[in-house]
Amino acid sequence: MAEVRLLGEGFSPTDALAAFTAAHPEAGGIVSFLGQVRCEGGPNAVEALELKHYAAMTLPGMEALAAATRARWALDGLLVIHRYGVMHPGDPIVLVAAAARHRRDAFAAADFAMDHLKSQSWFWKREKTARGWRWIEPRPDDHRDLARW
Amino acid sequence: MSARLVFLGRLEDIAGMGELAVNPGPLEQVLAALDPALAIELLGERVRMALNGALLGDGGGVILAEGDELAFLPPVSGG
Repeated sequence: MAEVRLLGEGFSPTDALAAFTAAHPEAGGIVSFLGQVRCEGGPNAVEALELKHYAAMTLPGMEALAAATRARWALDGLLVIHRYGVMHPGDPIVLVAAAARHRRDAFAAADFAMDHLKSQSWFWKREKTARGWRWIEPRPDDHRDLARW
Repeated sequence: MSARLVFLGRLEDIAGMGELAVNPGPLEQVLAALDPALAIELLGERVRMALNGALLGDGGGVILAEGDELAFLPPVSGG
């Protein structure tokens, strides 16, 4: 089974990963990816990031993605956590973890889920810098990443 | 009773609101009643539409019924 969460408040990636790991003692390997709000200096530094979602589609879409990921690789478990709302530098945004008997399946499943969360899930992102808020459009890289699958 | 338009992402800023109650009817008629600048953005080729949570192939022939929710979805950026 897959555990999929769409959260409006901060979460602890270490706690989430510890619980997921404890729930899958049968797995030989767990691959995780954590995305966080970048901390950087300079005039383009991001002061805050906001992710908007659409209740009618975002969580159902994440659940469908998790099911597709489970169907494609032999996994013991899959964890997908994604934030919405306003976040600040250092805050976790997304955590994906795949547990499998063998590491290749776990690596590939986490990679696949992340590529699709980035560019095919129903989220809209805007960033606040010294110049104010700006909506972020998908990068060409995001679509190239998707074409790998 | 009425139908509802939902504006996501940057469309919310352009519309100046996240949602708008509209009279039910054919989509062309609903859009014709909006600010033309907003209607043009909503019809942008990169904007997709979802009726009651289900993605539409294109907007042709959509007729909003009472209680329907039509969402306008600009390109996504998650993670």
